[in-house]
Amino acid sequence: MFDASALNIRNRKVEGLFRILFMLMTGLLILPVAIILAVLAWKGGSVVNMTFLFTNPTEGMTSGGIFPALIGTVWLVSVALLFSVPLGVAAAIYLSEYARDNWFTRIINLAIINLAGVPSIVHALFGVGAFVLFFRFGTSILAASLTLGIMTLPVVIVSTRESLQAVPMAFREACWNMGATKWQTIWKIVLPNSISGILTGIILEVSRTAGETAPVMFTGAAFFLPQLPQSIFDQTMAMSLHLFVIATQVPGVPENLPYGVAFVLIAMVLTMNSLSIAFRVYLRGRKKW
Amino acid sequence: MGQADSTSATCNTDDRRNLAWFIDKAVQVLVFIAGISAIVFIIGIFVFITKEGVGFILKSNYALSESVFNLLEDQKMPEDQLDAITVLEGKKFSTAEDLLKAVEGIIGVEAAGPYKEVLIEKSHDQPFHVKSFFTSPKWAPTSEIKPVYGTLALMVGTASVTGLAMLIAIPFSLGAAIYIGEFATGRKREFLKILVELLAAIPSVVWGFVGLSMLNPLIIKLFNVPIGLNVLNAGVILGLMAAPIMTTIAEDALKAVPDRYREAAEAMGATRWQIIFKVVVPAARHGLVAAVLLGVGRGFGETMAVLMATGHSINLPTSIFDSVRAMTATIAAELGEAAVGSDHYRALFTLGILLFLITFMINLSADLILRGVRKE
Repeated sequence: MFDASALNIRNRKVEGLFRILFMLMTGLLILPVAIILAVLAWKGGSVVNMTFLFTNPTEGMTSGGIFPALIGTVWLVSVALLFSVPLGVAAAIYLSEYARDNWFTRIINLAIINLAGVPSIVHALFGVGAFVLFFRFGTSILAASLTLGIMTLPVVIVSTRESLQAVPMAFREACWNMGATKWQTIWKIVLPNSISGILTGIILEVSRTAGETAPVMFTGAAFFLPQLPQSIFDQTMAMSLHLFVIATQVPGVPENLPYGVAFVLIAMVLTMNSLSIAFRVYLRGRKKW
Repeated sequence: MGQADSTSATCNTDDRRNLAWFIDKAVQVLVFIAGISAIVFIIGIFVFITKEGVGFILKSNYALSESVFNLLEDQKMPEDQLDAITVLEGKKFSTAEDLLKAVEGIIGVEAAGPYKEVLIEKSHDQPFHVKSFFTSPKWAPTSEIKPVYGTLALMVGTASVTGLAMLIAIPFSLGAAIYIGEFATGRKREFLKILVELLAAIPSVVWGFVGLSMLNPLIIKLFNVPIGLNVLNAGVILGLMAAPIMTTIAEDALKAVPDRYREAAEAMGATRWQIIFKVVVPAARHGLVAAVLLGVGRGFGETMAVLMATGHSINLPTSIFDSVRAMTATIAAELGEAAVGSDHYRALFTLGILLFLITFMINLSADLILRGVRKE
């Protein structure tokens, strides 16, 4: 009675076909990127060594290293984090702990989604109009980092909000019952219990910020600067812009040099991302509640 | 007295306004300010771009253009007077009266009298024309004779690249989402999800470089075309870029379909693929549409990759092997050269306003669609 009928067999065959089809689609999505990464690593890896990382570009950027660009990216990312992490975490605290579910909160959420969705070049225009010209920061690390910080703010807000909301309500209620104020509860109970989730989001933001090019092009990153920046009011080189410049603007660059820059950039970004993911997986396994 | 003392003591214990209370209130205000910062920034972005760009839209000059000279000739202005006022050609005045005064200064009030009407009414010169801004395929902001600001070719460029990217990305990302969400299980599923997330993290300038240095020679070789930087190149690159994000969002949408739907279908004797196509995908359709919309938004706003991979030449493409230029890439390539406050500079900000509004609409509709799902 339960023997497979002809229909059943056909159905199973169709299912198998679809399974293979979708598996192929997933594979075709991942495979080209894997090949690209392999070529980048192979061609770029041959250029990258200690001297490449720690010397200045020479001979009109056709040889030498990437040290000023590397340091510049560290500057840009650090200043952007100083601005966006406190602001983003505070915004997430408001959204998770204070905000009610009403039209106003919906507008805030819509603004966050849009902040993440606005093209990076529009953020660049904003940076030029607001920070470079209106606030008279000039083309400087400060202007570029503020632009980057605003652009990546949604990353911090969304990930922090998620980890704050993952703290069980009972934790807060227990604390309130002891007579603690709302802020004491957040500071002593909610934040310590979600700090690792917040860190995961911050690492993710670092990787996003390091790879952005368009927003820093006109706000603070320079094509070539022999000296390192001394303060946040100086211009700087940046890894992402350096790759663009030597790939498109400078004649006579040896073929493998841009591959080296691309390789270092992508290694930076993917390491940060993997770190963030590993952290998250580890936390999920450890969670007590 | 004793009673009064005890009353005030009671008041003190009832009054909770101690230091902790004040800190609590202060924090509440501070986090509220941080909470609305996203709104402030979105409004700020709009205001600052508009502030720089709107001057271009509203700007009106008065100048002696070629057409004005032709009209003056038609009105039988003597040769010598015409020659005398050619020194004013191309010079811009903020009001028609200023222009008239300048002409009168050269040829005399009496002589200028008969041409007053032409000079005042026909000398109006506006860099921004709504119609030509949207319908002219010519974008020549640095032309010395007459700058033209037509965005049609740029919009077609962006649309063709995004369109091709979506043709590639939609089937693959939806297929991948279905495989990861419905077929893959356990460790394999976790691994694929992490992989997709990592793919989404590759910076756009690296993608642009890949288009420039790997895909470009490949296209030249495969299709035997002279230039490999074209719609096809940028479309493939953009498709590969957008697919991981679309996969993640689409997978979330599939995951949001309650398991009881699947169980009910299974109890009716449906096979796996019947469940997926007749139950899960229709139930998740809003989320899938939102995923596609967000992918389109991403393609529209992508800058560095399209700047490097499209070939960056102004063109109305007739095939996928034509080079094009995108709106975003135009801003990125030209903002550095345009003098602050010039027509060119303002025109680029006007393009920015257009981009902002388009992506705002896309994000808004994606959000409305997703909200509709949550309410159901």
